[in-house]
Amino acid sequence: MIKIAIGKKIDGRYGNFELKVNTAFNLNAITRIAGPSGIGKTTLLKIIAGLVLPDSGTVSVENVLWFDQISGFSKKVQDRQIGFVFQDYALFPNMTVEKHLKFGTDDESFITHLLELGEMTQLKNRLPKQLSGGQQQRLAILRALSTKPKLLLMDEPFAALDQELKSRLITKLSHFFDEQQTTVILVTHQDDQFIDYNSYSFELKGIGD
Amino acid sequence: MEPIWLSIRLAIITTIFLLIIGIPIAYWLSRKQTIFKIIIEAFITMPLVLPPSVLGFYLLLAFSPNNGLGKWLHQYFDLQLVFSFKGLVFASIIYSLPFMVSPIKAAFSHLPRSLAEASYVMGKSKLKTFFYVLLPNVKPSIFTAAVLTFAHTLGEFGVVLMIGGNIPGETKVASIAIYDAVETMDYHSANSYALVLFAITFIIVITVFLINRNAIKSPFE
Repeated sequence: MIKIAIGKKIDGRYGNFELKVNTAFNLNAITRIAGPSGIGKTTLLKIIAGLVLPDSGTVSVENVLWFDQISGFSKKVQDRQIGFVFQDYALFPNMTVEKHLKFGTDDESFITHLLELGEMTQLKNRLPKQLSGGQQQRLAILRALSTKPKLLLMDEPFAALDQELKSRLITKLSHFFDEQQTTVILVTHQDDQFIDYNSYSFELKGIGD
Repeated sequence: MEPIWLSIRLAIITTIFLLIIGIPIAYWLSRKQTIFKIIIEAFITMPLVLPPSVLGFYLLLAFSPNNGLGKWLHQYFDLQLVFSFKGLVFASIIYSLPFMVSPIKAAFSHLPRSLAEASYVMGKSKLKTFFYVLLPNVKPSIFTAAVLTFAHTLGEFGVVLMIGGNIPGETKVASIAIYDAVETMDYHSANSYALVLFAITFIIVITVFLINRNAIKSPFE
């Protein structure tokens, strides 16, 4: 279980409020975080990743502490073995598609496998600026998979994909997660994803002030 | 043409030194702002607005073998910075520092935060992230900064005059030679130095524009 009991003040474009989360996520499963815009979904993902530190509370994974505000402990981002798909993709402008994946793994056959999974084999020598929005988004997903993360956090990972491609990709990803025993937590507005897989939904509700 | 070569040598050495120290400073300044950093940045930017003679005057005092720093350098390192080429290099580094730091700092600040974050979650250290992700993506700004630094050092006058004087082969750089030639009514020499400086500077600016011709913004913004 991933146990989260945190508080975090947010000053965002939707005003100032305190994000309060007290919940647990299942391992080896897919959890979808739903909720209205500006409620703190991205912040919650970043807190799990260690990219944003909460003001109070604890985060633990399989009873191992990842964050504890009282003792001031926070496990290094680099040591969390996570994958993260950023909403803005955060692709490296200087690296080709293939180099993005090489940055995550030395395993050539795994890179080939990932390129096939994302239907990007033909595009492997292109730079991000030479890719369409949907291709960039797929690369962001593949890059996150390249390190074979135990926990994959995805922020709106399919928003730029068309329906047909999306359902193909989701089927392939479902197999991949099953094979690798990946725990997935994703933020999305849509409700058509991973329905037949071991999946849960978590509704983030706001506590405004 | 000795003054021209001296100017070019000074500009090359200064640019190399500033590349080495300017990039880490720019990166450090681009991270989280603190009052301390703002003060440091203000000091670095001062040569941009300060009359070169003011900077030169204080450097002259600081380097003087009769005073604290100059005395210490002379005593322990046998280093004399006043009226020497080494002193010119040192002064040029301070004088051109903002030209190296500002464009690179701006470029680092404009990189999305998520770029470094994406590298960290992939398990990469801060150092590896810096060299493989951040630095390659500010390369055009590093180039512009290096060219600006080179050109700025080439045209230096006030600071050089204050701390270097006019020693042929040592501190008599092109801009000083022009001034010197005009003082002695030798307009022919002045013109040949000036023309060469003009040509070099023009070529530098043209090169920057050619290389950046696909960029949206002017390279000097």
